[in-house]
Amino acid sequence: MTNLEYMSLNRTQRFFYKFGSIFVKVPLAIFHFFKKLPRTLGSKVKKAFSPFKNLGTWFLQGDILTKLNFIIMGIGQIPRHQIIRGVLNLVYEIVAILFLILVGIPNFIKLPSFGYVGSVQYETDTPPFIGYMYQDDSFMILLNSVISLAIILILVFLWYTSIRDSYELQRLGEIGKTKTDKSTVKDLVGKDYHKVMLSIPTLGIAIFTIIPLVFMVLVAFTNYNSNHMNPKELFDWVGLGNFEQLLGIASGGNSQVLFVFLQILLWTLIWAFFATFTNYFLGMIVALMINKKGIKLKKLWRTILITTIAVPQFVSLLLISKMLNQDTGVINATLKNLGLITENIKFLTDGILVKVTIIVVNMWIGIPYTMLMCTGILMNIPDDLYESAKIDGASPYKMYMKITLPYMLFVTTPYLISQFVGNINNFNVIYLLSNGGPTFTSVNGEMISTRIYGAGQSDLLITWLYKMSMGEVFKDYGTAAVIGIIVFVIVAFFSLIFYGRSNSVKNEEDFQ
Amino acid sequence: MAKVERYHSKKAKEITSKTIIYIILVIMAIIWLVPFIYLVIQSFTESYSPSQIIPEHWTFQNYINLFTDEIYPFGRWYLNTLVIAIITAVLQTIITLMTAYAFSRLRFKSRQGYMKLILVIGMFPSFLGMIVTYFLLQLIGLSGSIFGLIVVYCAGAGMGYYVAKGFFDTIPRSLDEAAMIDGANKNTVFWKVILPLSKPIVVYTILMSFTAPWGDYMMASYLAQGKQELFNVAVGLQQMMAKGKDITYFPQFCAGAVIVSIGIMALFFWLQRYYVEGVTGGAVKG
Repeated sequence: MTNLEYMSLNRTQRFFYKFGSIFVKVPLAIFHFFKKLPRTLGSKVKKAFSPFKNLGTWFLQGDILTKLNFIIMGIGQIPRHQIIRGVLNLVYEIVAILFLILVGIPNFIKLPSFGYVGSVQYETDTPPFIGYMYQDDSFMILLNSVISLAIILILVFLWYTSIRDSYELQRLGEIGKTKTDKSTVKDLVGKDYHKVMLSIPTLGIAIFTIIPLVFMVLVAFTNYNSNHMNPKELFDWVGLGNFEQLLGIASGGNSQVLFVFLQILLWTLIWAFFATFTNYFLGMIVALMINKKGIKLKKLWRTILITTIAVPQFVSLLLISKMLNQDTGVINATLKNLGLITENIKFLTDGILVKVTIIVVNMWIGIPYTMLMCTGILMNIPDDLYESAKIDGASPYKMYMKITLPYMLFVTTPYLISQFVGNINNFNVIYLLSNGGPTFTSVNGEMISTRIYGAGQSDLLITWLYKMSMGEVFKDYGTAAVIGIIVFVIVAFFSLIFYGRSNSVKNEEDFQ
Repeated sequence: MAKVERYHSKKAKEITSKTIIYIILVIMAIIWLVPFIYLVIQSFTESYSPSQIIPEHWTFQNYINLFTDEIYPFGRWYLNTLVIAIITAVLQTIITLMTAYAFSRLRFKSRQGYMKLILVIGMFPSFLGMIVTYFLLQLIGLSGSIFGLIVVYCAGAGMGYYVAKGFFDTIPRSLDEAAMIDGANKNTVFWKVILPLSKPIVVYTILMSFTAPWGDYMMASYLAQGKQELFNVAVGLQQMMAKGKDITYFPQFCAGAVIVSIGIMALFFWLQRYYVEGVTGGAVKG
């Protein structure tokens, strides 16, 4: 269809055309992806093998020092004036190998079975008459293995760069040049400045984010829960057992967990959608109202709304949660005194009403953010656009639909995506307001008989995850990790769809 | 004649639309403020009763109780949070700005890949690895002090570089180049050229990292492991509102909430301009 043909369609036809084109575009995109796949894979493989090719070249063409550097890191650097770098490499190699011998290898050996004996029980003379001698700790075995893996990866990387440097120094030496530690230091504030800037952030992220994440992703495939709690008991690999249990396809499994899981998943998506868009559109409308020409006290209105941002969220959420309490809340009591209601309203204890309450309270908290943001952007829309529209006789509604909204949507798409993703992971609002309540009690009229980890009807995946891993009665880290992976997949899915289209990501360099 | 009428009707329309807007704004102002007014009033009441909005006897006792109560050491929590917030604000701001600068200004081979990696890591629920984080803190001997929390906040600081990077991206590169020609190295460019130009984003980052610890519940409550001397205000006040005690302690909770909020609010309104700039810039650049 040409552009002209498209323009001649009326609104409904355009909608159906656009809707229909999705079914053409998506298969086409998939087709192109697979068409390009061999080529991309080919170049990826080539890229992946290039280090090995380099290593071969360096070994064959390297002199004795470079060859020795394959075994003793830094030996090719120290005699060639890069003393500090060489020594650091050597020290790291020694420490890493010692660590691997003392900690890494023993733990790797135990990893397939997570140790042999958890603890030995023995009798004592004093109460409680039972003592435990702790032996293998599955948690420690897994953690040490993950840490060892990280150390091995760093070792391989340093090993590779050290050989590369040694070879480079050798070639420089052949033409009578040299590169000393001094030039390394100079590079650090020059072309290698990013190494200085990113060293601390990287260290922090690696230790406190990546290692725990890798650990937890592995835990998803184990039965680490209250029945197998370290240090008393061992836990073990269960393959996809946790996934099967959650999806109700495990042998002897029960579809009640699946039902609860799907309910929570559905509510998570509904919540993210409504929380994002109610705030976005209402916030925009409020911003338009406040910024309308001739409205007085603009600053006052803005300041009043900002109070919900300025007061720490936990204060406002706990306060509202108490005010909405069914029996002891001030709102129910006041409404009753005024004679408006006879029965207390179950704001936070009715399965459906609680969801409405949460979305409404979230508006109270979220509208000011959008209002602030929109105020800034609205001022950037050129005034002459509106003036020429006015001369052409456009109504305010039309101007909003044709000028304001498209402009806002164009500029704030990244914000909308990050809000949507943030709402999927919005822990505070749910946890502090309703704590996920009321709990599921029955599925299709049948009483819940399996373990659902205290899941409530307003729980999001993220708060359910929290209940699983922090539960007072029963902790199940394995299933919690599975939920974590599922949340990741959902978030990644939505981000991939939208981020690819967002202009500011594509044209990053244009801004500079 | 007709023209005049139309003029009048247009004016009348304008007035009605304005009136409607004013009515909506007033209603909104009431909805937004009433809960907080209620909070302040309740902090002066003797004991909580759902149906009593204005207390019969006004008292200052709740504020005194806050600092003398032996079950809930609010003073300790406040001090904890203040120390955490100050140290975090300084360290986190430096780390965040360093990361943002590196991604915005420096060009190196793994830049795109690294940014993507951070994006992907950020998609996992942040507290998934909490049990491991706690254990790692135990290893370095920080699990029993509030410094553990500071380390955790600062370790993740590099992942929140987006807003600051967006800001740095808008500073013309020709400035860097001019400074480099004058003999500055990249380190001087960052500290002497870019940072002084970036006051709004520096203030925004400090404000954000200072206020975040006041509201963090999840990480703080897990790392405290139920030890009251390690609580921050959010965890402490939440404990006060736990089931069963919430009615007795509600006025005291309100008093605590007022004390916490006043400081943050004052800071916030003082630096409002920078906050708005950060929010707007961050939204546009993503």
